[in-house]
Amino acid sequence: MWLAIYTLWLRDLVRFVRQRSRVVGAFATPIVFWALLGSGLGGSFSMGGAERAGGYLHFFFPGTLALIVLFTAIFSTISLIEDRQLGFLQGVLVAPVSRAAIVLGKMLGGTTLALVQAGVFLLLAPVAGITVSAAQLPALLLVLTLLAFALTGLGFVIAWWLDSTQGFHAIMNLLLVPMWVLSGAVFPASGAAPWLRPLMRVNPMTYGVSGLQEILIGQTSGPSFGTAITATLLFGLIMLGAGTVLASRRAQG
Amino acid sequence: MTAGPSIVVEAVERRFGPRVALAGVSFTVEPGEIFGLLGPNGSGKTTLFRIVSTLIEATAGRVAVAGHDVATDAQAARRQLGVVFQSPALDVRLTARENLRHHGHLYGFHGKDLEERITASLGALGVAERAGDLVAKLSGGLQRRVEVAKALLPRPRVLVLDEPSSGLDPNARRELWDLLRSLRDTVGTTVVLTTHLMDEAARCDRVAILHHGRLVALGTPDELTRIVGGEVLWVSGADPENLAGGIATRFGVDARLVDGRVRVEHPGGHLLVPQIVEAFPGAIEAVTVSRPTLEDVFVHHTGERFE
Repeated sequence: MWLAIYTLWLRDLVRFVRQRSRVVGAFATPIVFWALLGSGLGGSFSMGGAERAGGYLHFFFPGTLALIVLFTAIFSTISLIEDRQLGFLQGVLVAPVSRAAIVLGKMLGGTTLALVQAGVFLLLAPVAGITVSAAQLPALLLVLTLLAFALTGLGFVIAWWLDSTQGFHAIMNLLLVPMWVLSGAVFPASGAAPWLRPLMRVNPMTYGVSGLQEILIGQTSGPSFGTAITATLLFGLIMLGAGTVLASRRAQG
Repeated sequence: MTAGPSIVVEAVERRFGPRVALAGVSFTVEPGEIFGLLGPNGSGKTTLFRIVSTLIEATAGRVAVAGHDVATDAQAARRQLGVVFQSPALDVRLTARENLRHHGHLYGFHGKDLEERITASLGALGVAERAGDLVAKLSGGLQRRVEVAKALLPRPRVLVLDEPSSGLDPNARRELWDLLRSLRDTVGTTVVLTTHLMDEAARCDRVAILHHGRLVALGTPDELTRIVGGEVLWVSGADPENLAGGIATRFGVDARLVDGRVRVEHPGGHLLVPQIVEAFPGAIEAVTVSRPTLEDVFVHHTGERFE
């Protein structure tokens, strides 16, 4: 079981490194996003009651980190669709491996890639006036890992249903990006229209984002840190369970 | 090691919505047999392949591999199976060796034992010297060899292949068949393959012919062609319908209209040729006589051309 998880995890990493465009795209997109959106909105944006030094680039930094994790999770699960089309997945499915191991290998692969990319982006933290102390690192790593694990799991569950990568892009625009927008990453819940707030509360991404904000900018309009950790862990485990159930069904295809 | 059958297929049905892909198929494959599933597109042979290889489940009926039910004990069945898909199940961004290494890990092999298996497996398929090449850089034929090497790595007792000859040139096909036979003869591997090629089916120890999801014939190629009997005449003319009727009444034989030509099975077919030509002057364009092939077996049982 561990050998199977390890080998699927390793394959995802090797594939990633061998696709230079993916490496560049995954790093560059959020940085450009952060710099342009953050700088552009900064002047006209006033945070509802939570004004603080550093401006919008500062506030937007944890949200961008969450976006990097989301993008990486999406791109690493899109490969699941390619694997199905090209036949590699079938070869894995006929192997005597527990279905949970297949899902877990994929989820851990995406999680690792997300952590690496988040780590690189964190090097920019001083630019946003954010310092991360050594004491904060374990908590930061924990939140990032849980969030990456959950989002890769979500990506897996979505990708399993789809037979085209175009389909995934549609889902990304209709579901995943709005999820990110409504996670408190772009604007705090305290400043949002009242009808949006319940949506933000049931959005599973809100909790991971809130955890990141707590650590990095010391403020969040979201739930407490303990709730954030628990909810994100739960989110990830539910996705793992759902993915395993999907991968165990042999009715389709 | 149990001495029981390698594969048992028992009253297997498979529906996709309203479409019936398999309508109750039963047969048994004995250890050390090369068993062919012959059928045209849509006959259900690939569906059956996918059920046996544990990718999809049967709607009804039972399939067992080396005594393990694929529905209830899939992992045990998978451990006995090597599966070769029609399109190679390889990661083209990895090298041949890396592909086999991942595959070996999935079957629980690791370390030195695994590396030795990889080398032996690639060597058996004659691709050892390409082990370090990215699969994307290999030709279709070489990819197929790596794919077979991968399936053989765990040394499965039962090897199932979906259309193994598609995309292979005649040389590569011959080599593949030499390999399958040597696996059967040296280690006693059971081989089950799907095919739509008559000459390929004719090389199998036994053949099951599928048509519209039903098993229409089962036996050795010899047994099957013997059922057809003697020789097969194909008569073509401007008015095949009248011709068929005419030949049937005049000679008291079973003359059937198949695909715009008249088909006659007769023990002394070649003796009939001059008589037919004389009996219907001007109505006949061509007559061919042949010993029955598996294609004739198919026509004999289904009344349709194989295509």
